[in-house]
Amino acid sequence: MQFFRSHVLVCGGVNCSLQGSRTIRDLLVDAIAEAGLSQEIKVVETGCFGLCEQGPMMVVYPESVHYCRVQPSDIPEIVDAHLKKGRVVSRLLYRGTDPSQEVQTLTETDFYGKQQRVVLRNCGLIDPESIDEYIARGGYEVLGRVLTSLTPQQVIKEVQDSGLRGRGGAGFPTGLKWSFTAQAEAQQKYLICNADEGEPGTFKDRLILEGDPHSVIEGMIIAGYAIGATQGYIYSRGEYGLSIQRLRKGIEHARKVGLLGRNIFDSGFDFDIEVRIGAGAYVCGEETALINSMEGKRGEPRFKPPYPTTAGLWGKPTCVNNVETLANIVPIMERGAQWYRSIGTEKCPGTKVFTLTGNIVNEGLIEVPMGITLREIIYDIGGGIPDGREFKAAQTGGTSGGFLSAAFLDVPMDIESVAEAGSALGSGALLIIDDTHCIVDVVRSCARFFRHESCGQCTPCREGTQRLLEFVDAVAEGRATGADVRLFRRLAQTMEDSSLCALGQTAPFPILTAMRFFPEDFEAHIVHKKCLASDAKTGATA
Amino acid sequence: MSAQSIDWKSEVKEIVERHGGKPEYLLDILHEVQAKVNYLPQEALLEVARELDIPLSKVHGVATFYSMYSIQPRGQFIIRVCESAPCHVMGCDAVIAALESAAGARMGETTSDGLFTLEYTSCIGVCGVAPAIMINDRVYGNLTPESVVEIIAEYRARERGE
Repeated sequence: MQFFRSHVLVCGGVNCSLQGSRTIRDLLVDAIAEAGLSQEIKVVETGCFGLCEQGPMMVVYPESVHYCRVQPSDIPEIVDAHLKKGRVVSRLLYRGTDPSQEVQTLTETDFYGKQQRVVLRNCGLIDPESIDEYIARGGYEVLGRVLTSLTPQQVIKEVQDSGLRGRGGAGFPTGLKWSFTAQAEAQQKYLICNADEGEPGTFKDRLILEGDPHSVIEGMIIAGYAIGATQGYIYSRGEYGLSIQRLRKGIEHARKVGLLGRNIFDSGFDFDIEVRIGAGAYVCGEETALINSMEGKRGEPRFKPPYPTTAGLWGKPTCVNNVETLANIVPIMERGAQWYRSIGTEKCPGTKVFTLTGNIVNEGLIEVPMGITLREIIYDIGGGIPDGREFKAAQTGGTSGGFLSAAFLDVPMDIESVAEAGSALGSGALLIIDDTHCIVDVVRSCARFFRHESCGQCTPCREGTQRLLEFVDAVAEGRATGADVRLFRRLAQTMEDSSLCALGQTAPFPILTAMRFFPEDFEAHIVHKKCLASDAKTGATA
Repeated sequence: MSAQSIDWKSEVKEIVERHGGKPEYLLDILHEVQAKVNYLPQEALLEVARELDIPLSKVHGVATFYSMYSIQPRGQFIIRVCESAPCHVMGCDAVIAALESAAGARMGETTSDGLFTLEYTSCIGVCGVAPAIMINDRVYGNLTPESVVEIIAEYRARERGE
């Protein structure tokens, strides 16, 4: 193995790539070669660092110097000043809310201060396409210990004791789901990793898969061992080209070194993984719709019960877990249930990966302990609202989640507390909206989404999503009356009560929460036939 | 390549065989068929049904269910536009208007030269750089009405061999 005096890690996450990080990496490799430093300095493309707003980014190790918004024209200076002479290029350093203050390392940025990286521990630190780098960081050690020294029951107990709850949105206890699948009697059982991340505003699973695919693969093998499955599947969105490519490469590498396939670690346990791809349907994130899609059918949800843990893929017991859930397994098995419980809240242990989008300074990916407040996320980590505007609303949990107003800034971000506040934590999407926006307008976009994504199988959802959109259109255009509002409430109740799956049940939810917490926006449209946002934009007072 | 110039019988047979002739791989098979001409011609769907020995209605049902498939002819470049809430908040409406006028087609339409098809898509998972679009496999983010016009112009120029 060759040793290098310095490593330059260039973020190859999708957001930095869009801003030209591939070109930057290629130019850097060339410039290093030209300077005759190829034997001393290694360039590595990693997964997402998280601070997507500041891309393209790179970190130079061992000194951990973090450069932001790097342009092709900056490369000669980085190579000459930093890599050759050891002088930091200060104009490329991160500057937080105080522009006079330079921040040298990524972990010193205010963006990192309150984060705790468990799931994302390797993201941005290793080359995601190298199994060697994953192993060098301790990867697959836990798997070896689990397979050779623990029984499946012991693994399930540890996960149950950790209190881990599913990170896909519903928050069902993972250990309990595993135990149901383990108890089901069948010759063949399946494990499915749900990577069909369709919730608008959510891209955490994508960045986990692109930044550290092996931690998900290792988590899957442990899960398969615990529940008694020999075959695992990763069902990914068809749109996630890079995730699919990295996963396939990771699986192939793991197979080559004997970490997948027959008799893993001479334990007698066989397990393999196949990647399956979707074709664009939000409803396929619902586990039974996903199973139908994997069987080559329309992705329509099935009636429950029977639950997939009893009768899932091909009618066999099937455990469906979210990407982030599975990425939590290795740290839990490595450091134990008690350690895991020491993070987060009593009912929601552990960390949560959130994606920050909308009107916020630091858009991107973060991982924080469950129970951190919305205010801390927005102002301490997210850098606040740009352009001197005021915070107006946060939509939590993606488009199927609810809207919270400024009165809820101190709500702890865990499943129970957010639900008590009247919204949902969901998959961890956080859309921040400033005071130039009218909630009615944002809700209209949500209603359009549900009308498009209803699978059409059950009437309450198929017809209901159409009527929801008509109602919001009428409000937005100043045509809605009090009678329309009453009718809408009845419709919402009917959809919640009688839709077949969560899509139809939650479609009215964002509208209901918006009406509850932002009555003035609706009143302006319905009663006064005007929009508050146009006043906010021009600075006029109502 | 046009749909008519392809020998679908042998193309589909080859694709289906590569997937072991199993109907569970219908989605993957349709992805591969579509990759040839950017849509799913009726003739190809018939061959898929025959090769997999399943009813055409089932193949048709799947082909029309998922938003990534189209049974209508589409342009050489499919421009998928996200109008989900994060893109909406970051100003996708103005980007869409600029895109429509630069491309010379409305959302849902194909340009008369067959170069572009404009479609809405659900979230493409790059909300950190919203508003975003996808052109075939390539993602473009942090769009403004001006930058989207430039992107269209670049594609046109490349097609003319400039």
